[in-house]
Amino acid sequence: MSASVLFDAPGPRARARQRIYSVLSALAVVAVLAFAVWRLYDRGQLEYSLWEPFLTPDYIRYILVDGLVKTLQMAFFSIIFAVVFGLVFGVGKLSDRRFIRWVSWLVVEFFRAVPVLLLMVFLFFLLSIGDKPLSPFWCVVIALTLYNGSVLAEVFRAGVNAVPTGQSEAAYAIGMRKTQVMVTVLLPQAVKIMLPTIISQMVVALKDTSLGYYITAPGLTAVGKPIYLEFKNQVPVAIVITAIYIAVNLLLTLIAIKVQKRLVGEKEMLQVSMVGTGPDESKTI
Amino acid sequence: MDAVFSNFDEVLKAFGLTLGLFVVSGIGSLIWGTVLAVFRVGPVSVLNKVAACYVTLFRNTPLLMIFIFMAIAMPRLGYTFNFIEDVSIGGWQVSGFFFRSCLALTLYTSAFVCEAIRSGVNAVDLGQAEASRAIGLTFNQSMRLVVLPQALRAVVPPLTSVQVALAKNTSVAAAFGIAEATATMRGLVNQNGDQLYGIFIAFAIGYIIIVEAISFSSYAIERRLKVAR
Repeated sequence: MSASVLFDAPGPRARARQRIYSVLSALAVVAVLAFAVWRLYDRGQLEYSLWEPFLTPDYIRYILVDGLVKTLQMAFFSIIFAVVFGLVFGVGKLSDRRFIRWVSWLVVEFFRAVPVLLLMVFLFFLLSIGDKPLSPFWCVVIALTLYNGSVLAEVFRAGVNAVPTGQSEAAYAIGMRKTQVMVTVLLPQAVKIMLPTIISQMVVALKDTSLGYYITAPGLTAVGKPIYLEFKNQVPVAIVITAIYIAVNLLLTLIAIKVQKRLVGEKEMLQVSMVGTGPDESKTI
Repeated sequence: MDAVFSNFDEVLKAFGLTLGLFVVSGIGSLIWGTVLAVFRVGPVSVLNKVAACYVTLFRNTPLLMIFIFMAIAMPRLGYTFNFIEDVSIGGWQVSGFFFRSCLALTLYTSAFVCEAIRSGVNAVDLGQAEASRAIGLTFNQSMRLVVLPQALRAVVPPLTSVQVALAKNTSVAAAFGIAEATATMRGLVNQNGDQLYGIFIAFAIGYIIIVEAISFSSYAIERRLKVAR
């Protein structure tokens, strides 16, 4: 708070005033939290029987194996595929051939503007319902691949453009061909800049796997339903499942920061929000 | 496409609902997100931390979980928000579901709005504030003439991404019984399985129009606010 555009360094009177505000707002926060806890208690939501399933090994295994692992699998697969998709169309957008550029642009723009859920429903009807070949699990993976891949395509393009132009000029000068320049000079560096962004895009993918709920895919949100239908403990289920999501996402964020320090140094991360428009892209770390 | 055209009024109504969700929670999230941003950049350290916690929690929670809270957990705590059903705006009855969906979308989007606005304030160079103090501007003047105009200008593009994301996120309300565009598409496909592609393309175009409209208007705003650097 020492250097802010908005405020000068506070003098003694301002400091005294700020202390009063701090105390008042702390009291208000405590009051709100106390009210929430009281409300939970008053409505009998803190009773042991409602929370018991989360201490029972069978249910813990059910939540972790059928919920968390499936969710992580969906997020993992969709990010891996999304990176490939993003590579293809990101490089496609940089192509010298107008046709390839246009097609890549169209594909990327389309999948970025359409809600993931709409895409999921479409894929569900197309590939999964009745005796069609794929399970809802893979419909979620494909939908997330298309969406996140389009976002990553923009990131890739920005990453390739972020490599100093001297590098590709030098590569051309020693006689490399266009593909060689892209594959051996530009892409490795772009990927290095992008890696933290890819990891934090995984948070987005992980959050979006929850949408599979609508097309009966497995995952953390899906395991909640049978539990609260059996025990009538809607509030505890919602709290526990949300807590797991938040914990996993914070862990991923932490990894992204670590990776960034290792690979990119203290430099600003490649901001996804600067290159595209889509949900959660303003993911700053 | 036949199914879309023979049920065209239903499709329009669905997109009307989508737009309704977007406009109400868009305004709500701008207001609540600004309040949070004021907390975050303000001098009171407690509010600072509270807002930071809020942003961290809501940014890492799937929107669907917030909807589950609103739709399934809140009624258990005695909050159904059914009183809202007595309100009617221009002859249109507000449903409790609609209100709860807007609440979920607003709470979620506010975290991102807060971050966008905060980054805008941080984008203003510290030297600018120092210079404005040095030439004798009061706090109000330097705010009004120097800091805020630059912060607002810097904030337009990220806020646009946030609002575009919101427009697409309204589709999540489909999972909770709101007959907005995505839910309506599912219903139409259920009845006309043979026209899957046509129906999907039609609804996708609907969303694309909404998204492009937001982008274009923000681009216009950005151009008007542009200051030569």
